[in-house]
Amino acid sequence: MSALLTVTDVHIAYGKVEAVRGVSLDVGGNEIVTIIGANGAGKTTLLNAIMGVLPLRGRTVFAGVDMAPLDIEDRVATGLSLVPEHRELFGTMNVEDNLELGAFRIPKAIAATSLERVYALFPRLKERRKQLAGTLSGGEQQMLAMGRALMGAPKLLMLDEPSLGLAPIIVADIFRIVGELRSAGVSVLLVEQNAQAALQIADRAYVMELGEFVLSGSAKDIAANKGVAASYLGFQHEGESAI
Amino acid sequence: MNTTIMLFLLQDGITNGAIYALLGLALVLVFAVTRVILIPQGEFVTYGALSYAMLATGQVPGTARLAVAMGLVAFALDLFFARKALHARLVIRSVALNIAFPTALLGLVYALVGPHTPIAVNIALALLIVAAIGLFLYRIAFQPIAHTSVLVLLIASVGCHLALQGLGLVFFGAEGLRGPALSSAAVTAGPLRFTGQSLAVYGLTVGFIVALWLFFGYTKTGKALRATAVNRLGARLVGIRTTLSGQIAFLLASVIGAISGILIVPITTLYYDTGFLIGLKGFIAAIIGGLVSYPLTAVAAIVVGIVEAFSSFYASNFKEVIVFTLILPVLVLRSLAAPQVEEEKD
Repeated sequence: MSALLTVTDVHIAYGKVEAVRGVSLDVGGNEIVTIIGANGAGKTTLLNAIMGVLPLRGRTVFAGVDMAPLDIEDRVATGLSLVPEHRELFGTMNVEDNLELGAFRIPKAIAATSLERVYALFPRLKERRKQLAGTLSGGEQQMLAMGRALMGAPKLLMLDEPSLGLAPIIVADIFRIVGELRSAGVSVLLVEQNAQAALQIADRAYVMELGEFVLSGSAKDIAANKGVAASYLGFQHEGESAI
Repeated sequence: MNTTIMLFLLQDGITNGAIYALLGLALVLVFAVTRVILIPQGEFVTYGALSYAMLATGQVPGTARLAVAMGLVAFALDLFFARKALHARLVIRSVALNIAFPTALLGLVYALVGPHTPIAVNIALALLIVAAIGLFLYRIAFQPIAHTSVLVLLIASVGCHLALQGLGLVFFGAEGLRGPALSSAAVTAGPLRFTGQSLAVYGLTVGFIVALWLFFGYTKTGKALRATAVNRLGARLVGIRTTLSGQIAFLLASVIGAISGILIVPITTLYYDTGFLIGLKGFIAAIIGGLVSYPLTAVAAIVVGIVEAFSSFYASNFKEVIVFTLILPVLVLRSLAAPQVEEEKD
C-alpha cells in the first residue's frame, strides 16, 4: 500500500535559522502517526509547512499529488486538513456556522450528513450549536476545531497539540475520539507533548529533537524505549541517560 | 428657527446621511475582509455618477475603456503569479473575467449608447463599468500585497485614490455634470415635499442594509466573507479563498459607491473630485462605528448627515470643519476606552 502522505527531506527555516532539518516521514491510510518531542523541537513548524502555512524546502506528496504548487485552500480540497495549535475558530460566529464553513468546499447534501456525524462524535457541540464559538470553554473549542476540520471530509487530519491546556477528563475524551476516527477511515497525524497519551493510541511514532527526527518506529517500541521514557514519559531508568 | 426649517434641515440631513451610511457600510465591509481602508471609495461614487451622466448625454465614458485596460493588467498579473502552475482552466477563467467581460461591456456600451437610451439601461451600464473597475483595482493594487500591514495597504489605497482622481479629470473634464432624475414624482406631507429621488435614496439605503444583512447572515458566501474577516488563517484552513473574499468585498464596495453616486448626481452637480469629500464623510461614520460595527456606522452616518445640514444652515463656511471635527471626540474616547493593540501578524 502506498502511503497517503509522504514527506521527504524537508527543511524549514525562519530567516536564516533552520527550525526543521532534513525530516522525512510518511502516513498510511487508516493510520494514526504521532510526532512527540519537547517544546520548540519543530513539531508545529513541520505541520504548518505540510499544510502550506509556512514555506518549506523538500518534497511533500499527499494522495499522489505534489503539494509544492498548491496553496492552503487547494491542499484542503485534496483532503488534507490541519487543526492548528491556536484552533483559529471564527469566534464571533456560532458553533453551527463554524461547522458549516468547515464544509465550504463540500456539496450541500454531503455537508448535511457530515454535520450529523460530527454531532454524533461531539454531542456537546450539538447542545451548544447556537452559542458563539468565542464563548466556548477550551475543551469545547478544541472539539469545535476538530469538528470543523472533519466537516471537510478529510483523508488525513493533522492535529497540533489537541490536549494543550485542557482538563485531563476532556483530554481522555478527545483522544478517544481520535481513536474512533481511524475506524471511520480518517488517518491522523498527531503532534503532542503529552507523549504518553499519544503513544497509547498511535500506530507509529517519530521522536523529534531540535528540528530532526532522532527515532522512529511502532508506537509500542517507542514507548518501550528507555531513553524516550526518561525524556518524555517521566520515568527514570537507572543508569540510563536521555537519548 | 421655526419648525418648518428644522424639518427641512432634518430631511436634507437624513437624505445625505443615508448616502453616507451606504458608503460607510462599504468601508466597514472592505476593511473587515481585506484590512484596506478604502480611500478610493469616493472615486467609485464619482465614476458611477459621472459615467451615468455622460451615458445620459449619449457619450461613451472613458471609464469603460479604463475597465478594459485594467482588465488587461489584471490578466497579466494572473499569468505572472500563476506562472509556476499554469493550467488551462485557470487561464480560461482569467481570460473570461479579465478580458472578455470588460471588452464585452465596452462593446455593449458602444452598441447601446445614445441620447434616447432608457435610464435603467444607463444605470445598469454605469454600475457594470464601476463594478469591473472595483474588481480589477483589488486584483492589481491590493491582492499582491494582501499580506502586508494596514499601513502599507493604506498607502496603496491613497495612491489608488490619487491615480483614479487624476484619471477622472481626464475622462470627465474639470466641469461638473448632472444626471437625469430617476423619477419626477413627488409626495407632499404637511410642509415637507419628498421628491421621487429622495424616496429612492431612502428605499435603496434600507434595501441595501437589509440585503447585506441577509447576505452576511444567511448565505454561504456571506458567511465565508465574515469568516475571512474574523480569522484569515482559519478561513484558509477550511478552504475559503481569501483572495476571492477580497474581490467580492471590492465588488460590493464599488457597486455601493456607484449607486450612491447615481442617486446624488441628479440632486447636486458632481465634479471629478467631489467623491473624495463624500467618501470621507462615510469614512467618519465608519470610524465612529470602529470600522467593525455595521449598525453603529449606519446610525453615525445619519448623525453626520444631520450635523452637516444644520451646520450648513448656521455656519455654512465651517460646514466641513464642523462635520470632520465630529471624529475627534470619538477618537479620544476610543483611545481611552481601548488600550492600544499591536497589529495582528498574519
